Amino acid sequence: MPPRRPPLPWLKPGLFAGALIPLGVLVWRAAHRTLGADAIAIGLNQLGYLALVFLMASLACTPLKILTGWTWPIRVRRMLGLFAFFYASLHLLTYVGIDQQLDWAVLWGDVTHRKFMIVGFLAFLCLAPLAWTSTDASVRRLGFARWKSLHRLAYVAGVLAVVHFIWRVKSDVRVPMTWAAILAALFLIRIADSVRTRRRKRARELVAARSVDVGTPG
Amino acid sequence: MHLLENRGFVHPHASEITPRDAYLRRRELLARFATGAAGLALAGWAGREALAQTTRPNKLAALPGARSAVAGAVTMEKPTAYVDVTGYNNFYEFGTDKTDPAANSGTLKTRPWTIAVDGLVKKPLTVDIDQLLKWFPLEERIYRMRCVEAWSMVIPWMGFPLGDFIRRVEPLGSAKYVAFQTLLDPKQMPLQRTHILEWPYVEGLRMDEATHPLTLLVAGLYGKALPNQNGAPLRLVVPWKYGFKGIKSIVKISFVDKQPKTTWSIEGPSEYGFYANVNPAVSHPRWSQATERRVGEFERRKTLPFNGYGDEVAQLYAGLDPKTLY
Repeated sequence: MPPRRPPLPWLKPGLFAGALIPLGVLVWRAAHRTLGADAIAIGLNQLGYLALVFLMASLACTPLKILTGWTWPIRVRRMLGLFAFFYASLHLLTYVGIDQQLDWAVLWGDVTHRKFMIVGFLAFLCLAPLAWTSTDASVRRLGFARWKSLHRLAYVAGVLAVVHFIWRVKSDVRVPMTWAAILAALFLIRIADSVRTRRRKRARELVAARSVDVGTPG
Repeated sequence: MHLLENRGFVHPHASEITPRDAYLRRRELLARFATGAAGLALAGWAGREALAQTTRPNKLAALPGARSAVAGAVTMEKPTAYVDVTGYNNFYEFGTDKTDPAANSGTLKTRPWTIAVDGLVKKPLTVDIDQLLKWFPLEERIYRMRCVEAWSMVIPWMGFPLGDFIRRVEPLGSAKYVAFQTLLDPKQMPLQRTHILEWPYVEGLRMDEATHPLTLLVAGLYGKALPNQNGAPLRLVVPWKYGFKGIKSIVKISFVDKQPKTTWSIEGPSEYGFYANVNPAVSHPRWSQATERRVGEFERRKTLPFNGYGDEVAQLYAGLDPKTLY
């Protein structure tokens, strides 16, 4: 029997290519010196923003499935998360290597004194083990339950990333607060869903218990 | 604080000075680059450089003015390209992105424009900008500009010393500070409809800072009238302080006896002080101030105390703890 073709065969390759387009544009503009006056700062900000967008997209997969019943978001969740880590890594490398040019005194000051830098770095540190354990083999090795609880770190990373963004802007927090609201909405959907699931489970157990009672001869 | 006594001058490193020979031939060289002889990639770069050094083909009026003779007023460093000086701005009344002011400040009407002078002053008055610009000869001064966000530029400003203006309007002996106010008009300055800052933008200087020969009221840059995004028609420039002290589009100058409120210290008192003197030793809570990137350059450079104007201005702060001067 030939292997069944999965639905939406273009989904993953399409996403993969699409996720690299912003990087391509960034590199092209950097090479042509059209990024603007302070190109390094602009590139740095764009990479950080891309990391946030992909992280949020990966966090939106499960809530989207809950709301719509679609299963395709779950199939791209891993790729979205890995792109979040990819752009977060480029963001960090750009800061360390290009923006600060390996000025270790400044970088040490960042991670010891500046909470804005610390939360950003912690967000990256949350993502790293998730990228490392993103393979099917890791799921098997850790066992699904443990793997799942480890990967809840993605939500921690999301919160830290949004805080990092809020603290980054000087006064106009409208855009980062929008992301905070989106993150809160994603949380709410998951909480509501888990409450509902638990309630249903309990109801089923009650029904089952009652039917056992009824079925038992007095 | 007489001009002639103050002979302090910050000498650039020898390595920063273009050899005289190359300097004299720079236009020829740049022109050759720009014609494409040096290849497409180089032409783009050189064209941009060349553009920065030639008269701009825009509608802004030319402002005549002589080079300033004040000590420290003309740095030998290479001016930042005109496109960057006028395309990379913080002017939150028009947007918080660096490119927003250039894109959105067309709504600002800079004529007619008046500046009110009030408070502890012998001659309270309201003066039209065109009349005011005839009071004093304009000087060209090439100043370093260090933004609190750790980037910097070198800008050829056209203006006159604030001290000359102050002496003309004659503040009372009780005046200890000068307070400045930007236009408040949400129709012309759209972001004033939001609450991202307390409007109007206000700034202030101690009287001795305000009358220092380096403190400038500016009406132009690169030999032309100020573009709106740079604070037309009149702005403040205080080269030893972080850029946010340079209040733009001024409509009111008041003489007061108490330290005036300043916009950024209202917004974040722990991050932005009244003095805001450039100080590499005092970090901003979110980033180090030890180094800066000159717009258009790749390598970071060390930030200098008082932005390199210490010889001229450090004595203003003798006896004050420099850590309080952020």
